Order: sequence, then structure tokens, then C-alpha cells
Amino acid sequence: MAKVVTIGRHAERLRRFPGVGVTTAFFFAYLYLPIVIVIALSFNENRIVTVWTGFTLDWYPQVLANTDLIRAARNSVIVAVTASLIATVAGVTAALGLRYFRPRPAEETGTTALIATPLLVPEIVTAVATLIFFVAVGFRLGLMTVIIAHTVFCIPFAYLPIRARLQGLDPALRDAAFDLYADEWRAFRRVTLPLLWPGILAGALLAFIVSLDNFVITFFVAGPGATTLPVYIFSMIRMGITPEVNVASALLLMVSLGIVTLSLLLLKRRA
Amino acid sequence: MQPVTAATAARRRAALMRYALVAPAIVIIVGFMVLPLGLMLTYSFLEPGRYGGVVWSYSPEAYIRFFFERDLDDSLVFNLAYVRIFFRSFALAFVTTLVALLIGFPAALYIAMQSPRWRNFLIFLVTVPFWTNLLVRNYAWILILREQGLINEGLLAVGVIEAPIRMIYNNFGITVGLVYSFIPFMVLPIYASLERIDFRLVEAAYDLGANRWQALRRIILPLARPGIYAGCILVFIPCLGAYVTPALLGGGRNLMIGNLIQLQFGASQNWPFGAALAFVLMAIVLLSMLFYLWRFRGRGTGGLGVG
Repeated sequence: MAKVVTIGRHAERLRRFPGVGVTTAFFFAYLYLPIVIVIALSFNENRIVTVWTGFTLDWYPQVLANTDLIRAARNSVIVAVTASLIATVAGVTAALGLRYFRPRPAEETGTTALIATPLLVPEIVTAVATLIFFVAVGFRLGLMTVIIAHTVFCIPFAYLPIRARLQGLDPALRDAAFDLYADEWRAFRRVTLPLLWPGILAGALLAFIVSLDNFVITFFVAGPGATTLPVYIFSMIRMGITPEVNVASALLLMVSLGIVTLSLLLLKRRA
Repeated sequence: MQPVTAATAARRRAALMRYALVAPAIVIIVGFMVLPLGLMLTYSFLEPGRYGGVVWSYSPEAYIRFFFERDLDDSLVFNLAYVRIFFRSFALAFVTTLVALLIGFPAALYIAMQSPRWRNFLIFLVTVPFWTNLLVRNYAWILILREQGLINEGLLAVGVIEAPIRMIYNNFGITVGLVYSFIPFMVLPIYASLERIDFRLVEAAYDLGANRWQALRRIILPLARPGIYAGCILVFIPCLGAYVTPALLGGGRNLMIGNLIQLQFGASQNWPFGAALAFVLMAIVLLSMLFYLWRFRGRGTGGLGVG
């Protein structure tokens, strides 16, 4: 209690640093205004999208009737579901292997670093390397190549939260299962998996969302017919700023916001 | 001997299980990430094909091309066009990092001084935009900054300006977009280092007659230093490789490295040059990361007993 009081008192004095409060308010406005603006303007009836004349829902059905856009959205979902599923399975097994099967510390660190590689290499470099690879080995660019490329960068996003959750689990629980004559599989199925579940779900959702949102890598490795929603939106923006772009963008933003909130709440939940 | 053998067998079994479990992730990442990066390096030493792709014969031309241009009579002429694009990318990344620090540090300080509940909520708010679509968030700035954009329309309506101000398709627009894209990476590590500060140190400074500025400069800043360095690296590096922001907010002429690379696989159709540029970019990024780890890791807290 006493500590809280002192922090409070000094926080009070520090917080009154000229400009700290104002800068923070500016920071959050800067972070969120653009998102709010895109969503708000998608309900603007004016064709000149930045001049507000009135509220309308009319653009939404119009966009949802655009077959090219729907096809792109469907591609996005197919890619994101497949890539995040594969990445999550690979992430779970890797995390289990490195947690329960006695790796030396150096092996654990090395493997984790290797799995994190896609986070360290700039996206544009990954995009170039992946394109070159597919062309060199003779894969035809299409939905398949997009799925493979997405799986690669989804793995660290799935693996890291799962690993964190696993490290927070009490190993004694699993040992207790063994003492009660459970075999490896049953111990996993009945003890580890239920406890690990929030981590798995959070990892899968994060992987899903980075796949759904990816633009640069997809832009390079998607052949004709494998356009995803972000790539389609990019080409729309290139053609001009229209209410349709706003609606497509707003939809994508709202889906991401929903999923990420869910995922971060799951991560917060304690075992 | 019996127990030793049993232990060895158990260890071997554990190793086998481990390899089997780790294999899928490793095979995917090595096969579709590490190998392609190696292939990219190889491609940078080949001759460009006529319509994209490569011709399999060795040529250092891609790296020469970075500094020189071939004249009609095949003599090399110094050409700074590409160097200039690299330079401008570094300059933009530097300015972006600086602006992100100037806004991000006070914000992180403010968040660190809130009650735990409120603090967690604010940090949650900082992380959420990262997970939303970068392309769309940059697009939002077109709506705000362009000539018929929200700012110009607003200022014109109020009568502050008579003609729209040009805020997009130039360096200003790119900087706004880059800071916006990456500023969470500045706030989070600074917050992480500030959060651990024992605020009794600040109290001690006050007791010793320090004023607020001195407390900030002599206590808070040194303790926040590891977070500040980490934040600067985390903002600077993705800025260097940015593609989306300059493509949307930079217009056609304000290229950064990322756009130059993309061009080699689009209009210019010079894959070896694109591969060479990408390799150089990756080398710069990895070297600066290694430098950071070597120089700052582990001695971050500056010897003050924190935590």
C-alpha cells in the first residue's frame, strides 16, 4: 500500500512535466484517428469521399456485390485458414518438443532463433527471395505459392505465444499424469492440451490475422487469379479514391480489430 | 552399467521425439525461407534475363550497377542515382526514428506512471493497431493529407488557408506514414524499461534537491536507455525496408529502397539487380541488429540496482 502511495505522489509530480500529458493524448489520437476516419467515411453518402454530406449504408451492398472483390476475400480466407492451421500445428509440436524433451539450452535458443527468422528479415527481402525460389524450382504462381509463403511467416506468430504459455505451465501436472500411468499421448491429450488451449487459440488467431493482412509478400508471389483482399484493395487505391475502397478497407479493419481483441484477451487469461 | 544404459536410452528417445516434433517448423522455415535467401544471393551474381528471370552465367554486374552506369561504348560512368535512393531511405528512417522517439518517450512515460489496470489497458491500445492492416492504415493518410483531404478541406472551410497545402506525395507524407506505422515499436520497449523503474529512486532524487528536469535527466533517462535503444532499432529497421508507405504516400518519384527493389521485378525486369539490392538491405539490417545485441544487450540497466 505504502509503495502505491509514493508512486502516486511522484507520478503526480512527474506527470506534470510540461507536455507529457498533451503528447500522450496526441499519440493516441494519431494512432486511432486514421482507423476511425476510414470506418466513419465508409458510411458517407458523398462520392467525394472526404466531404461528409450524410450517413448511408448504401455502399456496403454495392461492394459486397463486386464479384472480383468477393473472390479476393475468399482467397484471403482460404489462405489465412490454411496457413494459420499448418503454422499452429507446427508451432505446437515445436514448442512441446523444446519444452518437454530435454534439449540443451543452446539447442532451444538456436531453434527458437531459427523459427523467429521470418520476423527479423525485412518483408520485402522475404518477398523477393520467395518469388525467386518459386520461379527457380518451377512452381506456378498461384494460391498454393501464397499459402506456402504465408505459412512461413505465420509460424513464429503462432509459435511464440504458444511457447510463452507452455513455459507458464507447471511441469508437475504432467508428471502427475505419468505417475498415474498415463502414456505420452494421454498426458498430452488430457493434461497439457487443455491447459495450453488458450495459448494455441491466441497463436492461431494472430497467425490468421497476419496472414489476412499481409500485402507485400502476397503482392510478389500471387499469380493471376490468386489475388487476396489486401492486394485487391491496393489495386483499387491505385485506380482512385472511391467509396468502395473505403468500405472494403473498413471491413478489413473491423475484422482485424475483432479478431485481435479476442486473441489478446485469450492471452491475458491465466491458467 | 544397467542404469547408465537405461538413462542413455531414455535420452536418445527424448532426442528422437524432440527432433520429430520440431521438424515440421524447421523444415518449412529452412526450405521456404533460408534456402530462398541463399538462392537470392546466388541470383544477384547472375545475368538478367530479357523478360525477367535470369541467365545462368556469372556476372558481378548487379553490384557494379549500384555505383556505375554503362555508357554506349561500354565504359563505366559514375552514377549516384541508386546511392541517392539508399541515402534518402536512411535519412527518412532517421527522421522517422527521431520523431517517433520525441512522441513515443513522453507517451511511454505517461503510461508507465498509471495504475496497473489502466496501464495494461493503455498498452493494449498501443498494440492493437499493429495487428490491423498496414496498407489500409496508410491509405487512411491519403484521405487525411491529400489536397481534397480532411485537413485541407477543414482549413479551407475555416479560412486559415486559401489554397490547399501539399502534404502528400512528398517526404512529409512519407514521414507521417512511417512514424504512424512503426511508433508502437518505440513505445513498447521504452515502456517495458520504464515499468521496472523503482520510483523511490526518483523520490530520493527529489529529497536530494533535484527538480523535475534533473530527475528526468539523471534518473529516468539513464534507466530508460535500453528501451530507447531497442525502440530506435525497432523503428529504424522496418523503415529502411518500407514498401507500402512510400508506394501510397510518396507518389511516383519519392522512391525508397523497398520500391526500388520492387521495380526490378516489375517494370525494370532486372532480377539480379533486385536480388542484389534485397541482399544489401538484409545485410544492413542483420548487421545493425548484431551490433545492437553486441553493444547494448545485458548492460542495459547501467549498474543501478533496478528490479
